[in-house]
Amino acid sequence: MEKDIRQGRIWVLLDKNGKIIEDIDTDQIYHNAHLHITDIAEMGQFALGNLEGWTDFPKKCQGGDIIIAGRNFGAGSSRQQAVDCFIALKVNALLAPSFSAIYFRNAVNSGFPVLGVRDLESLIAGKKFVSGDVIRFDVKTGQAENLSRGIPLKIEPMSSVQYEIFKAGDLFKYGKTLT
Amino acid sequence: MGQTIIEKIIQLHSKDEAVSGRIVWMDLDIRSARDFGGPNVVKHYEREYRDSPLADKSKTFFTFDLCAPACTLKYADNQQACRDFARRHGIEVFDVDRGIGSHVLIEEGLARPGSTIVGTDSHMNVLGAVGCFGQGMGDVDIAFAFKTGTTWFEVPESVKVVLIGKPSAATDAKDLTLFLGKELGTKKIALRSAEFYGETVKDLGLAGRITFCSMITEMAGIIGFIPEYGAELAGEMKRFSGRAFSPASADKDALYADSLKLDVTGLPPQVAVPPSPNSVKSLAEVRGTRIDSGFIGSCTNGRTEDFARAAEILRIRKVKKSVMLKVVPATRRVYEELLKRGILETLFESGAIVVNPGCGGCAEGHVGLTGKGETQISTGNRNFPGKQGKGRTYLASPAVVAASCVAGEIAGPEDL
Ligand code: SF4
Repeated sequence: MEKDIRQGRIWVLLDKNGKIIEDIDTDQIYHNAHLHITDIAEMGQFALGNLEGWTDFPKKCQGGDIIIAGRNFGAGSSRQQAVDCFIALKVNALLAPSFSAIYFRNAVNSGFPVLGVRDLESLIAGKKFVSGDVIRFDVKTGQAENLSRGIPLKIEPMSSVQYEIFKAGDLFKYGKTLT
Repeated sequence: MGQTIIEKIIQLHSKDEAVSGRIVWMDLDIRSARDFGGPNVVKHYEREYRDSPLADKSKTFFTFDLCAPACTLKYADNQQACRDFARRHGIEVFDVDRGIGSHVLIEEGLARPGSTIVGTDSHMNVLGAVGCFGQGMGDVDIAFAFKTGTTWFEVPESVKVVLIGKPSAATDAKDLTLFLGKELGTKKIALRSAEFYGETVKDLGLAGRITFCSMITEMAGIIGFIPEYGAELAGEMKRFSGRAFSPASADKDALYADSLKLDVTGLPPQVAVPPSPNSVKSLAEVRGTRIDSGFIGSCTNGRTEDFARAAEILRIRKVKKSVMLKVVPATRRVYEELLKRGILETLFESGAIVVNPGCGGCAEGHVGLTGKGETQISTGNRNFPGKQGKGRTYLASPAVVAASCVAGEIAGPEDL
């Protein structure tokens, strides 16, 4: 299926020392000062608005880009806005070694592709993920490739429920297929 | 094969086989939404399901606690949108007068051992304190739960954590909890359910259990349970629900992903230093750090016992002139107890600012923010950058916060 194949330019969320940022919490992704906003279109401008070194992300990001982050991405609150702000920016997918449970669910339920990557640090150290590279992957099989460098990669594919929801579009649409 | 506690609870609510690692469909005993998340739940519901009825209105609730009463126009609008929806559907609202939603659910006897509860509150897993599987979820999840009464869930693996030894007499449940965060970080119980054993945790009453279980979120865990309990807890729980307290226990041959032993012998008071709740030091290491403000409250330390402990220290002392101490009871019921026991008076007379119940002081915006350069000491559960404003936040027990507010610098009661 075409929807299964994702391709885009990557942003690797590194800190000022060049280390992948772990435990990025929802206040850093979408600050609670903007929680009263209910219109998704308004949320993009605040994405990563409280993450040191990345506050200008909404300006740099182009539709179709892919974000790569450190483990336990999305720790903190249950706010859906922390997913919606990326949807608003038309971010293509988010890859990380692990996500907080709530964040992961929120993304899955919105049909937004979040996928696991093992050994992210060594992939970054081995220059297999460099900001600006274009990568492509299949959400169902986990087959991936860094197109800019011609390197094949492997990411963790979606689970069956995640894939079903993703295919339906979101949790609501999926729910309606069940009855 | 034997089952862990989480497997047992989920199994009671699912036709699928509840084995860790499996994704199952799980029935929900209660689904709730707060004033944040709630308006989006309403929006999703109306877009997707229009006027069609909820799965079960008697199991559906709104709890307003974040901005209570509303301090911005947007929150006022949002709360009203939830109230209107609630009226149309006949749902009960625990409104802005009631306090922190998860605590209200316990006090109302709705959060019972063995039940499943979801809400738009990332600290819904505080309900592990009463043997209930509480889980925070986003607004899409909750709208779906309002409509269907079910949710998908990956049955988590479990970790067994045994606390051995007796901490020093100066510590309380918060010190244990902070120590736990230091030892477990965000890795050891990440995405897992934790079961805590040992004399120290067994003896905790409801307030202490709430403190302990509330910070599982900060350790990236799904939920924490304290299966063994004493008569005190059983009594408290019976008073709330009118039923005998009978939480699930794990089978002897249950399968654990990991098993850890933590020695808490002689543990001194602990303090989490900014910017993470898991960067924890002993009080001795941070003693003397100047503070500008203090906060006692939150879903972690907002129970009567927490304020009683602070009042013991503040009874014959005053909050230092240069320090602002904010006091926010978790619920209206707690507030009432504080009033009747004279604790509010003590706190007031010591110079504290005492306000109505809710999440104020923890959630940004309500009951004030910290400014750039301000140092705060708080009984809350989070000190991430920007959580309560631009200042730096230390996390500690009610006793340490109260003592620090008297001293004007981080201190324990013994330093006064
Ligand atoms: S006190 Fe803070 S952490 Fe607890 S429920 Fe309220 S906002 Fe969430």
